[in-house]
Amino acid sequence: MPFRTPRGGGTVSKEYRLQAPLRDEDVIQLKVGDRVLLSGIIYTARDAAHKKIIQALESGSELPFPLKGAVIYYVGPSPAPEGRPIGSAGPTTSYRMDSYTPRLHSLGVKATIGKGKRSQDVKDALVRHNAVYFGATGGAGALLSQRIESSKIIAFDDLGPEAVRELVVRDFPLLVVNDAFGGELYAKPNLPD
Amino acid sequence: MRTVTSSDIADRVAEMVVRANRFLPPDVLTAISRAKGNESSPSGKEILGQLEENAALARESGLPLCQDTGMAVFFVELGEQCRVEGASLREAITQGMVRGYQDGLLRKSMCHPLTRKNTGDNTPAVIHVDLVEGDGLKISFMAKGGGSENMSRVTMLSPAQGWKGIKEFVINRVAEAGPNPCPPTMLGIGIGGSFELAPKLAKQALLRPLDQPHPDQEIARMEQELLDEINSLGIGPMGLGGDTTCLGVRINMAPCHIASLPLAVNVQCHSARHEEVEL
Repeated sequence: MPFRTPRGGGTVSKEYRLQAPLRDEDVIQLKVGDRVLLSGIIYTARDAAHKKIIQALESGSELPFPLKGAVIYYVGPSPAPEGRPIGSAGPTTSYRMDSYTPRLHSLGVKATIGKGKRSQDVKDALVRHNAVYFGATGGAGALLSQRIESSKIIAFDDLGPEAVRELVVRDFPLLVVNDAFGGELYAKPNLPD
Repeated sequence: MRTVTSSDIADRVAEMVVRANRFLPPDVLTAISRAKGNESSPSGKEILGQLEENAALARESGLPLCQDTGMAVFFVELGEQCRVEGASLREAITQGMVRGYQDGLLRKSMCHPLTRKNTGDNTPAVIHVDLVEGDGLKISFMAKGGGSENMSRVTMLSPAQGWKGIKEFVINRVAEAGPNPCPPTMLGIGIGGSFELAPKLAKQALLRPLDQPHPDQEIARMEQELLDEINSLGIGPMGLGGDTTCLGVRINMAPCHIASLPLAVNVQCHSARHEEVEL
């Protein structure tokens, strides 16, 4: 089975080094299949944290982090061993956050990091708000944790592994799975029509 | 009658859950390496290489292989001539699990289904006990991750659908799940039994190593047929395209009611962490 050219692709994949938070001009150049080494500050949030962030938005209370340019990493890390900033920290499946994501993009979130498919609503929101969905390798939590330089809980401590953390990452390896032009990297299964 | 103390059980379980979360079973590692050699997609090859690297790093650093250290699932075979002394068998396994998840820095992932409040110590463990002949005690453990578990399905086919219907359901499930369960996956398939037995058969099937086809040649042939068809879907590692969508299919079968054909598909990610101890 040959490696498929990304849908809507035809472009040669490129590699970028980017700094989070992301700017519009960072995102607009990215196409599906491009590799990104991301450095800077990103925020962790998964199921329960997303629910709380949306509740905070609705009640007008303070948000755990500034949304403008933000990169959200869907991860619930394992506890940190002594002398390390974090335990294993690979991506969790993204579709569970789909109902929250378009709203967050409309408020300035520039990228999310996870694994697996997104809904059409999310893909439309990426196009509408010039944002991007990155994939990281699922189940490679020990390996990915090596690119995380520091971690601190900044909100929802009571959620345990689901608390919101501010991470400083260096050269965190990502793939552009959905870009701001409606492209998607995932292979379409060969099923008989 | 043979006696086993509950503190022995707890100690062995505590060690086992930590080990299982750090060391990928050799059959899985071998299957990943072999798949890497045969993979024609460059991105697929690269990802399989990352999984090898991740396993080596976990082994050396003591970090768990994956941040999702799973719900703790135990299959216990308790001999009728074996007696547990001290706490109950269930309590002993739970105590060992809690200690292992705490001391091994494993993530606690269990929560109330509606309030979503974390139970804080990964309890309750899911424990299946079967009484068997003799005086042995065998405990198998699986760290079952949520991402792959969510992609699992159970269905009640009608008997007329037969093998063709089974194949169709399994293939469609894998195609629909796509990149979500962290392919390459393994599939545990339960065919027959009842509504509640089929998923148990499916999950137990995942304990059989990848280098051990089913002892019944006909079932072994069905496992291979499903594996070949799944891999021709082209989903590939992490869903990015390629030859390696699944590393192995494991089928367990049991007789069922004349009106029924229960079928369960338990999806397991490449981080197929399981171990067993005998006391």
